Amino acid sequence: MADTNKSDGTSACGIETARQTDPPAIKMTGITKSFGGVLALKNVDLEVQQGQIHALLGGNGAGKSTLLKILRGIHSPDQGSIEVNGRPMLVHSSEASRRAGIAMIFQEMSLIPSLTAAQNIFLNREPKDTFGLIKDRFCQEEAGRLFEEFNVDIDPTKLISQLSTGQCQLIEIIKALSQRSDILILDEPTSALSDAEVDLLFDMLHRLKEAGVAIVYVSHRMDEILRIADHATILRDGRLVLSAPIGNMSVESIVGHVVGKAGSNLSVPKIVDETMLGNTLLELVDASGRHTPHNVSLSVRRGEVVGIAGLLGSGRSSLARMLYGVNPIRSGDIRIKGRSVKLSSPEQALKCGIALIPEDRLRQGLVVQHSVARNICLSVLDKVSYWTWVSSKKVAKLVDEQIAFLHVKTDSPNTKAKQLSGGNQQKVVLAKGLATLPEILILDEPTAGIDIGSKTEVIGVVRQMAAQNKAVILISSETAELIAGSDRILLMADGRIKRELSHKDLFPEQLNDASSFQEAQRRLQVAIQEVNANV
Amino acid sequence: MSNVTLSKSQNSVSPLAFVRESWRQAVIYLGFAVLFIIFSITLRDQGFLDINNLLNIVRQTAIIAIMAVAMTFVLAAGEIDLSVGSLAGLSSVVTAMVLRDYGLVAGIFAGLCIGSLAGVVNGFLTTKIGIPSFLVTLAAMGICTGTSMWISHTASIPILNQTYAFLFGGGDIGPFPILLFWMAIIGVTGHVALKHNTFGRRVLATGGNETAAQYSGINTKVIKARVMLMSSMAAGLAGMLYAGRLQSGRFQFGEGDEMSVIAAAVLGGTGLAGGHGTVVGSIIGAIMIGMINNGLTLHGLEYSQQLVARGAIIVLAVALSKKN
Repeated sequence: MADTNKSDGTSACGIETARQTDPPAIKMTGITKSFGGVLALKNVDLEVQQGQIHALLGGNGAGKSTLLKILRGIHSPDQGSIEVNGRPMLVHSSEASRRAGIAMIFQEMSLIPSLTAAQNIFLNREPKDTFGLIKDRFCQEEAGRLFEEFNVDIDPTKLISQLSTGQCQLIEIIKALSQRSDILILDEPTSALSDAEVDLLFDMLHRLKEAGVAIVYVSHRMDEILRIADHATILRDGRLVLSAPIGNMSVESIVGHVVGKAGSNLSVPKIVDETMLGNTLLELVDASGRHTPHNVSLSVRRGEVVGIAGLLGSGRSSLARMLYGVNPIRSGDIRIKGRSVKLSSPEQALKCGIALIPEDRLRQGLVVQHSVARNICLSVLDKVSYWTWVSSKKVAKLVDEQIAFLHVKTDSPNTKAKQLSGGNQQKVVLAKGLATLPEILILDEPTAGIDIGSKTEVIGVVRQMAAQNKAVILISSETAELIAGSDRILLMADGRIKRELSHKDLFPEQLNDASSFQEAQRRLQVAIQEVNANV
Repeated sequence: MSNVTLSKSQNSVSPLAFVRESWRQAVIYLGFAVLFIIFSITLRDQGFLDINNLLNIVRQTAIIAIMAVAMTFVLAAGEIDLSVGSLAGLSSVVTAMVLRDYGLVAGIFAGLCIGSLAGVVNGFLTTKIGIPSFLVTLAAMGICTGTSMWISHTASIPILNQTYAFLFGGGDIGPFPILLFWMAIIGVTGHVALKHNTFGRRVLATGGNETAAQYSGINTKVIKARVMLMSSMAAGLAGMLYAGRLQSGRFQFGEGDEMSVIAAAVLGGTGLAGGHGTVVGSIIGAIMIGMINNGLTLHGLEYSQQLVARGAIIVLAVALSKKN
């Protein structure tokens, strides 16, 4: 097993602390936090030294983002204490955490596109002259000096909208630093960056490290972690698994800790005999989108669930949107039942029997201020009405069926969608998709941010759809549900399908117990890292 | 839909949440009732409750109410139409001119055409070219007023055709002004379309969350173009009704109506953000504004004072409906 070769994490930590004379930049001790009775973090410690790049690792739902939100002052811990540079933080608010010098670089850019780089850096704290006018020239010079200092080649007078994503990310970091932040949190900073930009970013992080800035680095890309981080803290199910220097870790050992030994309540599907599958229903031939994906060929047969694994930015969701007619196809062909189809809108995709459960249920899935019933029948309004008169009887029948089938917990069908829990909202989105009676069902991260019970149910529905002879594509970041849900798994990176894993690859010994399931998860994780490393 | 009762969860909707939800809807009706009672008491000697006075209120507000019905759809879809007032003026002028030169049928046809034409252009510019409807209709507002001043040489064009004047606003059926029937027809149609029709559902979904509506297979551009068309057609009809009621076409008819129309819809509980709205509320809102005008006039307030009082009452009503 991977975790046998690891020394005790706490003693390694102690050695490092002894070397430092300064107090640690961040010292979180015994952090416990629960949301509505669900334990998100239990007794977690995080200690980050000045001048350290500290990787925070863990699967989805491990508690990373909760921990960071507590550090950022967005949530306050139920128990535990936080010290920043030796000073205890007593008040938990964004403002207090900002004043303590903690800055988080968001995945979504917080820069204003219509202003220049210099204007963005000095936003809301512009230096003014004696007449109260903004000293624009001074800002530009100052920004230019900062860029030079960090060896970044950006013209401070350029508009943000004219710069690349990578450049914007660097500007965000410089902006944070210019506000005297000495603790930086980066959450998946490289998901949208090119290789050259990643090099530039890492170069900069190295300099900051030299200058004594403490950096918390969250990423799912293990090759990056090994390349840049000094120390890793690994969380699983809200608990601290390991905190140790990264020096002698390998991708395999880290993945071993991230996946862990804990049994999952997801079970392995029966290995479907190839001969049991029906005809090919959906086929993609050398299809490329405008940006991603590139030259994707795949086919899905009736009764088959094809899983798609890949990291953020691998082109998984673009592929789903292309199949659903949201993103245009640039070249190649989409075929349904062997016939080439043109999908230029979700409307057409639905007509062709394709339904998508989108990744962002609040933005793409639901009209949150409308009732559960309205949301469920939104895609099938014509089916629940006489000519155009919406029949409340037909609506009630459809909605009741779906609510009962998916076990949606709602006070009544008239409850507003925003009043439901995340898991139940996701079920409403699922119900809306299923109500269209799709032949091809695409699910993009169907279990993101929902409770474990709903997760199991969603995966159950996926298997049920396959049993009803539908073709299913399951996109997920979670290895457990990919393995439990899919018949075979395609690995995507950089907009391309890099590899295919069958059941045989994941379960070479044909054993279906918990340890082989965990071993399969580990294999899948390692494979994902491998296809990413040699992009 | 409302007749389904499911007990999926042990705890039912908390009464507080229910009150909070219905308060927003109810406050307009409450406000209407309170104002009506206040005016009935304070103005009983001035004849506020006279059937003639009440029908007068209907005459004065029916046209606003008709435009407010269509505006409800526009706002519910997350758009806005500022051109309705000036388009009504243009429609009155065009109808009067064509009626004078080519007769009754051509006049009615022309009035309907001008509204539809403006609607198609507004919808095209908003959805195909992607200019925000605020800007499109702001420009259309100037163009409509300018056109009607230009073609009429700012003069009033009389309508001598009595059939037209009777049908479009001037006449009474029994004791009831024909405008009441127009308002009822448009109101019922609008109510059914928004509340019970697939189109209404799609409008509300488009305004509530356009991306989610698109992902649900709704062609949101078509929906938006249609509501812009509806609003302009209602404005065209409003202009024809002005022409019939006042037996002339004049560019000033409908001047500033866009504000009363939007105020009526907002008073009725339709938000500017899109996603919800009720036709009944908008009609009540329109009548409420008319009632306030009427009551304040009977109280002997000058027009200037009326404007101030009306503004204050509208702000108060909307502020109350926000508070939860």
